Amino acid sequence: MTQLILEQALNGLQFGLMLFLLAAGLTLVFGIMDMINLAHGSLYMVGAYLAAAATQASGSFIIGIGAAMLGTALLGVLIEVTLLRRLYARNHLAQVLATFALILIANESVRMIWGAQPVLLNTPDELSGPVSLVGFFYPAYRLLIIGVGALVAALLYVLVARTRVGMWVRAGASNREMTEALGVNVRLLFTAVLAFGAALCALAGALLGPLLAVQVGMGESILILAFVVIVIGGIGSIRGALVGSLLVGLVDTLGRAALPSLLRTFLSSETASSLGPALASILIYVLMVAVLFWRPEGLFPARS
Amino acid sequence: MALYRSSPGRRIAAGVVLVLLVLLPWLLEILDQSFYVSFASRVLIFALAATTLNLVIGFGGMVSFGHAAFFGVGAYCVAILADSGVLSAALAWPLAAGVAALLALLVGAISLRTRGVYFIMITLAFAQMVFYLVLSLKSWGGDDGLSLLHRSTFGSLDLKDDSTFYFVVLALLTLVLAALDRLAHSRFGRVIQSIRENETRMEALGYPVFTYKLVCFVIGGGLAGLAGALLVNQSGLASPSLLHWMQSGTLMVMIVIGGVGSVFGGVVGAVLLLLCEEFFVGISPHWQIGLGLVLLAVVLRAPLGIAGLFGWGRNRE
Amino acid sequence: MSDQRATLLDVHEVSKHFGGIYALNAASLKVEAGEVHALIGPNGAGKTTLIHVLSGAMPADAGRVLFAGQDLVRRPMHERVALGLARSYQITNIFPRLTVLDNVTIAVQARVRDWGSSFSFWKPFSLDSAIVAEAHDLLAQVSLAGLAGRRALQLSHGEQRCLEVALVLATKPKLLLLDEPMAGMGPDESARMVGLIEHLARRVTVLLVEHDMDAVFRLADRISVLVGGRIIASGDPEAIRADADVRRAYLGDEG
Repeated sequence: MTQLILEQALNGLQFGLMLFLLAAGLTLVFGIMDMINLAHGSLYMVGAYLAAAATQASGSFIIGIGAAMLGTALLGVLIEVTLLRRLYARNHLAQVLATFALILIANESVRMIWGAQPVLLNTPDELSGPVSLVGFFYPAYRLLIIGVGALVAALLYVLVARTRVGMWVRAGASNREMTEALGVNVRLLFTAVLAFGAALCALAGALLGPLLAVQVGMGESILILAFVVIVIGGIGSIRGALVGSLLVGLVDTLGRAALPSLLRTFLSSETASSLGPALASILIYVLMVAVLFWRPEGLFPARS
Repeated sequence: MALYRSSPGRRIAAGVVLVLLVLLPWLLEILDQSFYVSFASRVLIFALAATTLNLVIGFGGMVSFGHAAFFGVGAYCVAILADSGVLSAALAWPLAAGVAALLALLVGAISLRTRGVYFIMITLAFAQMVFYLVLSLKSWGGDDGLSLLHRSTFGSLDLKDDSTFYFVVLALLTLVLAALDRLAHSRFGRVIQSIRENETRMEALGYPVFTYKLVCFVIGGGLAGLAGALLVNQSGLASPSLLHWMQSGTLMVMIVIGGVGSVFGGVVGAVLLLLCEEFFVGISPHWQIGLGLVLLAVVLRAPLGIAGLFGWGRNRE
Repeated sequence: MSDQRATLLDVHEVSKHFGGIYALNAASLKVEAGEVHALIGPNGAGKTTLIHVLSGAMPADAGRVLFAGQDLVRRPMHERVALGLARSYQITNIFPRLTVLDNVTIAVQARVRDWGSSFSFWKPFSLDSAIVAEAHDLLAQVSLAGLAGRRALQLSHGEQRCLEVALVLATKPKLLLLDEPMAGMGPDESARMVGLIEHLARRVTVLLVEHDMDAVFRLADRISVLVGGRIIASGDPEAIRADADVRRAYLGDEG
């Protein structure tokens, strides 16, 4: 039993860290530019497809990831310069609609290029087996994801919290006009943040590719989760995004694993087995509503 | 936007369109295209759904990203009632609207405490809850949805007949549009539009802003439930995709194309979008790229939608 | 100023802090019915915070506010307006995209309290001729009668400030909270606003926050001085001019 919970907790950690890769870029774009970018999930999808294609062409997963990150970052820059830039000053409805249009275009384009069937992205051979942890076996590949995710999260945290660029980004998130007045090239900063966020999306897409299906529409389901994360964490806050990601990852994974059996202790097994999955699937949304009910600006508001 | 005022010209245009719509089933019969009567019902039902969202977003200024929840819940209500033997439209349809309105009351009472993006996201979260809840309940069909084996019955009217059903839908849509037009010019309509323009000022003038927004949100949600009740009768299936957030997005697309804050914006948008879909799907399976580009063009170039382009029903800038 | 005047607004030791900083620190103030009471003080003294607390835009952390005998502290903004407390904003706060007339009619409509009125969904507003007539009357009072059909955003800054006064007047307040009504105005516009406030003061009590000392000393019956979140002096203009604390804390650095 403890072994199962431990395994599920690791799965939750792994999922949470991947969510963080998406949420980090999203929360910065959201916080600094006051911009709702629904197309963030599409960048994740494109990243996964590029990784699959580049891995297949080169035979190396590492090269695949690198190519995907580079390609997606370039795509991010292209979108920012041609479209998103014109939306920063517009209202949220316009932003939602324009980036919704981008989702339609991205999904259909991917379908045109790669077809409607899911694309295969294999776990690298050397990582396909399990490793022995204290008392149980855990897939090596998932462990790698946790490692990479934790590393990137730590780097990002240092970057935003300790460096000059990070200071600009934080300043931009809490007060855009002031940052401009201090002489920071905000235009360039916006483009850079978007490119950086896109590269993180691609990294998440490439790493999750072998675990989930690489297919059209994969961006939307995770996009909503990333939004849940940053709303819980507080828009514009990297720390909030990290806490929110881990919270959502753990609550979702552990809820799905534990809730049905938990309910069985005080409900009939029939009711429990039909109600359990239903409750587990809405748990994170309940969490988000509860957080917003008591803290309408999230756990770590960036603006005060 | 200024307060909504309809012009005589626009009312005449609406009258002409109404006459054409009444004649449509006969026209299609002459053209030997009666198959399209059911499609026309579908278009009008989506026009109704989009209109209810326009009340919330366009008039009330509340950018709700979860409207599909109310739409879908209305559909499921009718299907579930039919499953347990309740077929009467006089009972099932108001009940569907009532359940949707109750859900809107709950969602609105919590969501309207938040502002801006947080409101957008919390309405989305509620819709996702409903979506996953319905999806995971096997007794409501789960992934497959719930089929409606028999259309609702309505007194001596034979709703199984596509033309009769079409006329019922048309009558309800006309009624809702007329009511919305009245509402837009009423005191309540002026209040919610002014809240859209400047919420702080309205509060400082002594309006209980929260209550007004909530009432508007509940009316919109309830009527969306009615649209859902009609849709399940048209398609014969309450599918979870009706509750999906992409559905909420599509309804938003409709009102933005048609014209936010214009009484006929939802109708114009729904008709254009569904006609284009019907037309272009036959030409290219990748027509959504075109839709995306058109949508981008509308957002960037014509923020007031098609209605705005022609200056319909709004004071010129 | 006789002492028999009734106290309309009694602010008793109100505090408000943001983080560790006290914007208001046990500030006390009495406004008497019928007077123009000016609130002055250096930037950051807490004047606007006090207006926010009084109007209900911010909750007070401690203290008591009595208005016409009613305790305001727990009441939401719209109930305070119903009791007769209305405010203007430092930055013009009107409905820019509505016409001037619509701006005022929506304000007049707010005053009608019964539920059957603004929750009327069916009856066209255009039939409410009484409201429209009152709105025209208010526009005439603030000298905007000729501009009723314009959009508010097309008005000059001074005209917009006057429009805002009309909105506030429409609620038929007993006490008018004016937060720097002359801010950003040229000399001509300021003179017009001073005239308008003088005119209003015959009918309503005014609590005026203002930096323009000429205007303050011309308009005010009494003046309170807020420094560092506390009222350090209250009295008629001559007493305030002579008060040593005030000179040191405030007037001194303005020369």
